[in-house]
Amino acid sequence: MQFMLLFSRQGKLRLQKWYVPLSDKEKKKITRELVQTVLARKPKMCSFLEWRDLKIVYKRYASLYFCCAIEDQDNELITLEIIHRYVELLDKYFGSVCELDIIFNFEKAYFILDEFLLGGEAQETSKKNVLKAIEQADLLQEVRHLIKITVDKVF
Amino acid sequence: MSPSVPLQEMIRAIRSARTQCEERGVIQRECAAIRAQFRQADNGGRSHNLAKLLYVHMLGYPAHFGQMECVRMIASPRYSEKRVGYLGAMMLLDEKQDASLLITNSIKNDLSHSNQYVQSLALCTLACMGSAEMCRDLAPEIDRLLRASNSYIKKKAALCAVHIVRKVHDLGELFAPAARSLLAEKNHGVLHGAVVLITELCERNPETLERFRKTVPDLVQIMKGLVISGYSPEHDVAGISDPFLQVRILRLLRILGRNNEAASDAMNDLLAQVATNTDSTKTVGNAVLYETVLTVLDIKSESGLRVLAVNILGRFLLNNDRNIRYIAMTSLQRIVGTDHNAVQRHRGTIVDCLKDQDASVKRRALELSLALVSATNIRSMMKELLLFLSSCPLELRAQAASGIFNAAERYAPSQRWHIDTILHVLTTAGGDVRDETVPNLIQLITNTSELHCYTVHKLYRALLSDISQQSLVQVACWCIGEYGDLLLRGECQETEPVQVQEQQSIIIRIRSIVSIYGSCIDVELQQRAVEYNALFKKYDHMRAAVLERMPVIEKNSPGHTNGESTREAVKEFFPPPCGSLQVCDLLDLLGGSEEPLQPNPAVGSTLPVLPVSTSSTAGGDLLDLLGGLEPTPLTPAPTVTVYEKGGVTLTLSSEKQSDSGLTVTLTACNSTDSDISSFTLQAAVPKSVQLHMKAPSGDSLPARGAAKVTQMVALSNPNKVGLQNTQ
Repeated sequence: MQFMLLFSRQGKLRLQKWYVPLSDKEKKKITRELVQTVLARKPKMCSFLEWRDLKIVYKRYASLYFCCAIEDQDNELITLEIIHRYVELLDKYFGSVCELDIIFNFEKAYFILDEFLLGGEAQETSKKNVLKAIEQADLLQEVRHLIKITVDKVF
Repeated sequence: MSPSVPLQEMIRAIRSARTQCEERGVIQRECAAIRAQFRQADNGGRSHNLAKLLYVHMLGYPAHFGQMECVRMIASPRYSEKRVGYLGAMMLLDEKQDASLLITNSIKNDLSHSNQYVQSLALCTLACMGSAEMCRDLAPEIDRLLRASNSYIKKKAALCAVHIVRKVHDLGELFAPAARSLLAEKNHGVLHGAVVLITELCERNPETLERFRKTVPDLVQIMKGLVISGYSPEHDVAGISDPFLQVRILRLLRILGRNNEAASDAMNDLLAQVATNTDSTKTVGNAVLYETVLTVLDIKSESGLRVLAVNILGRFLLNNDRNIRYIAMTSLQRIVGTDHNAVQRHRGTIVDCLKDQDASVKRRALELSLALVSATNIRSMMKELLLFLSSCPLELRAQAASGIFNAAERYAPSQRWHIDTILHVLTTAGGDVRDETVPNLIQLITNTSELHCYTVHKLYRALLSDISQQSLVQVACWCIGEYGDLLLRGECQETEPVQVQEQQSIIIRIRSIVSIYGSCIDVELQQRAVEYNALFKKYDHMRAAVLERMPVIEKNSPGHTNGESTREAVKEFFPPPCGSLQVCDLLDLLGGSEEPLQPNPAVGSTLPVLPVSTSSTAGGDLLDLLGGLEPTPLTPAPTVTVYEKGGVTLTLSSEKQSDSGLTVTLTACNSTDSDISSFTLQAAVPKSVQLHMKAPSGDSLPARGAAKVTQMVALSNPNKVGLQNTQ
């Protein structure tokens, strides 16, 4: 995967994860154009489109569009499954997730994504394991100080 | 995990801003506060501040002043701060920023941290935005983690290695042994990572690919385990056990089996099993089937398996889900060259998809349909394609039209059918056809002499009903001009004849129309108008001879291509309000003098005009120049400027080859500020001299004389007719 964008029906960006190095200006341009293109599609249309030289896979869940740009050799149908898995993870974590949850807890949406995808590829195919890892990491965040065992750091 | 209250308060404040201006104000205040906080000492609220900044960044506002704060946070001992710090690094720093190098050391330390969640942060960040230098630096660490750590870290290290290999190809060798051993793991996450890593290594390096072919049996074993084994709740998705892993294994098998008989054989049974047993009622099953089909079609599979794969695609074509239909056609497109007959079997379904609502599906169906046209099905396919053309979306029209023309040219069962088809396209989508269609059609028509009557009648009728399609008007005018006498004759074998009347005072009307354009702003129109006026006035006695019927055009003779500049002439010369009367006018011009005449030269067709000066006659000027050069045989003549108008300069130089032959080089140069495209030169000579135009060096004149277009013209004067010099 090259990047994933989440945006609302009004075109407001809610999450952007880039797995390729691009300048801020380029990212903004791509985002603007792609959002426009996807929002212009009618409801019953195909979830896949060719845009520039990329394959775009998108799906709408309630008021949010989940949009991924994949490479030529990637399987479009399994990308739809990846998007769906991410939505399921968010849903489980927030309990019936809605757009507002993602707006007000955007950093958590990122943390969840980073436990599911790494470098643009799925890292864990078990829903249970992803959620468990996030739970543990959250607990760790509550701990005020981290005790480092590596000796040379304790000075 | 407790929400970040300061962050949420800020988000609320920003969202309650009613205008863009108000929002900017809120954000400016917040950014100032954040900047102040950054400068202060550690106050326990650092992670909240950075999180606020990241939110502001996502809205599109500049946040580069947070980069150093990210670097500091990453080095913090607190996990909460590290977490947000690394997130900030992934959002604000990319490999192009210098600051990214500063975090290399922190990442290195965190990779060997005792807590796996800290290690995880480092791995994630490295895999997301690690530059080539960072990758080179940290590759040994990653390799160590690949071999000796828990599953949680191993799976992440594998994907991190994938990123490293993408950045620094040579490091692939480093990871190959570890990748091999990972295939023995039971953990699905690790297996998935290993398969992705091996795929990446094999794609990059053919030698590595050779070595990994030995893993095919292991991969087949793993796949079998997934497909046959009982229900595993942890990895199950709608009855399919770990579809993500299955798809990746199938993709790796594809790469390993390509061009290799032995490997392909080893996976044959497995692929057949997956293809038949996978449940295709849900998308996830179809995803696995899709990958299987792609693999089967790419490796050296046996024919039975191939047929099975194409049949699966055929089933996909009938699926209710539009996405499935779309990818089916994409896959069929790939194999239409190699497995043509197999794809032909599904032609009916593909043609039905032309009527789908979705434009992407229509596009795919169009491409496939055009690829499936053959000599046997041309008639029925063309019916469907023409039907499609009349209702297809605008962005596909040009493609459809040119596809239809190509197909018609290759497989036309008869001339008449060919002409009919082209006319049909012109009437439905005349505005979207390519420019060379018009001369091609004209050439086709002139060559089919037995159908002249039929063609001209059809064109006349088409014009009567609709005068808005430009290409159609061009062709029709040319034909009516050429074969107008056939129309006047009032009889036709193939189709019902049309009754056409002559009008007496038509010459006057034509002259008045022509005179109007004598003061037109468009230089081309103006010039021609004046020339034709001259033709009417001073050279009326020559008019019949000058406007004779055109000779048959030779195919592929670039000198005879239609000049683009004549297009406007056509449109403006026949202003719509006059309607069908004009067609009659044209005919009457022809009818006005009892001999077969050439079409009205203003109509876009091959014209015998080499513009020299506005008052000279059309044609014959070239010779006049030649005549002036004759007395000095075998010496190259000086270059003469023959035309200078509207910024375009035409110069002529000639070389006498023999007593009866002369080679002329025409050079065109453009001194205006804009490029001229589709520039063509045309020339005509009296009957006693033969003209042969060679291919021009190009057809576009860049602005300001950046380059020139040259064209060689060979003239032969076998009768050595005396030539005058009027230059």
